[in-house]
Amino acid sequence: MKLTKILDIAAIAGICVALYFAFMFAPLEKVMGAVQKILYFHVASAWIAFFAFFVTFVLSILFLVKQNYLFDDIAESSAEIGILFCTIVLITGPIWARPIWGVWWTWDPRLTTTTILWFIYAGYLMLRKFIDEPDKRAKFAAAVGIIGFIDVPIVFFSIRWWRTIHPNVVQEGGGGLHPDMTKALLVSVAAFSLLYAAMLVKRTRIALLTRKIDSLEG
Amino acid sequence: MTYLSTVAAIVRKDLLHELKSREIVVSMLLFSILTVVVFSFIFEPGSEFKNRVVGGILWMSVTFAGILGLNKSMMSEVNGGNFSALLLAPVDRSAIFFGKAISNFMFMMIVQLITVPLFIVLYNVNIFHTSFMPMTVFLMGTWGFAILGTLFSIISVNTRTREVMLPLLLLPVMVPVILASVQALNIYILGLDVAESYKWLKLLAVFDIIFTVVVFAVFDFIVED
Repeated sequence: MKLTKILDIAAIAGICVALYFAFMFAPLEKVMGAVQKILYFHVASAWIAFFAFFVTFVLSILFLVKQNYLFDDIAESSAEIGILFCTIVLITGPIWARPIWGVWWTWDPRLTTTTILWFIYAGYLMLRKFIDEPDKRAKFAAAVGIIGFIDVPIVFFSIRWWRTIHPNVVQEGGGGLHPDMTKALLVSVAAFSLLYAAMLVKRTRIALLTRKIDSLEG
Repeated sequence: MTYLSTVAAIVRKDLLHELKSREIVVSMLLFSILTVVVFSFIFEPGSEFKNRVVGGILWMSVTFAGILGLNKSMMSEVNGGNFSALLLAPVDRSAIFFGKAISNFMFMMIVQLITVPLFIVLYNVNIFHTSFMPMTVFLMGTWGFAILGTLFSIISVNTRTREVMLPLLLLPVMVPVILASVQALNIYILGLDVAESYKWLKLLAVFDIIFTVVVFAVFDFIVED
């Protein structure tokens, strides 16, 4: 209880610091201007989304091996937070892309893979909603959590090969970030990681309580 | 009973059942031919543009007919309680799974044996004019589809929504197979250098091997009671 309070406060403070670093500390980008500030939240969200799905993958394996429902609850919670941040990535991306690339969307490997990732875990969460028996739900969801995550790199490489055949609208950019921008980005990633941890603890507690209520009713 | 004889027994059971009822293959076949015909309305008959999209049409008809057939195949197992009975048998569970996957694979191949020649006639494109390499696309693509499709169909028939869940789970995961198969078929249809398709065939092979192993490792855990 005490630890989770500290985590909550750290997450809130971290986000405030990250906002300061993104808007005050980091210099304004010469060409792109203020819209480039999206970078700090877009990249941090992408990192959290991928990390959250990785946690679901690991906890799914742990559940199948150990058959402990706590692992299933954490896997579910992490996938839900993952899809939240994945949605943020897919919304902030086009907002940034429109003024810079001139298009809302391009079938670039990273964009397309993120979209497929979103669909895989949307399916994972829907599946959980549609199975009533806790035992079946946990096992089937774990199978999808494992297969879905293993599939992601294969999806990425297949789309990258596909796009090398067609002309690429947007060449790979980035790379040369100003050192202060890199610092701001790292602060943002750290703050988002704290936020993820705080959310995961809360969401897992909800999952545990839900399971308790279900067992009392059942 | 050895592992292989268990697999063979399941396949035999499914083939006998299908020979009697003919429900799965006939419904898949009609649906896949229908897809090929309906998709012909997206371009002018005989236009040059046609050759660039027909590979995609053929593979989509295989994919959607496959989803239809997988649902049908697993529903008839679950409805009579047959699948639970099979799992009670004192044999390796993954042998039952691979039996189902192989029979689903065979049903899909039978459908393609009829759909592909019809497709060649209807669209006036010979996908075999450079080589017989397209056969490897059909074999490997269908195996990848059958292995994950069989697993996901077992999962989806156990949900409240039944067959709705299968395409939602299966299609995003099948993206590499769809992409590789369509790209390889396009290379054959456009008459490009066959060597260009090798990387797509490799991708299909890698996908098939990885998921055959993963499903083999996971299946025992998810069905035990």
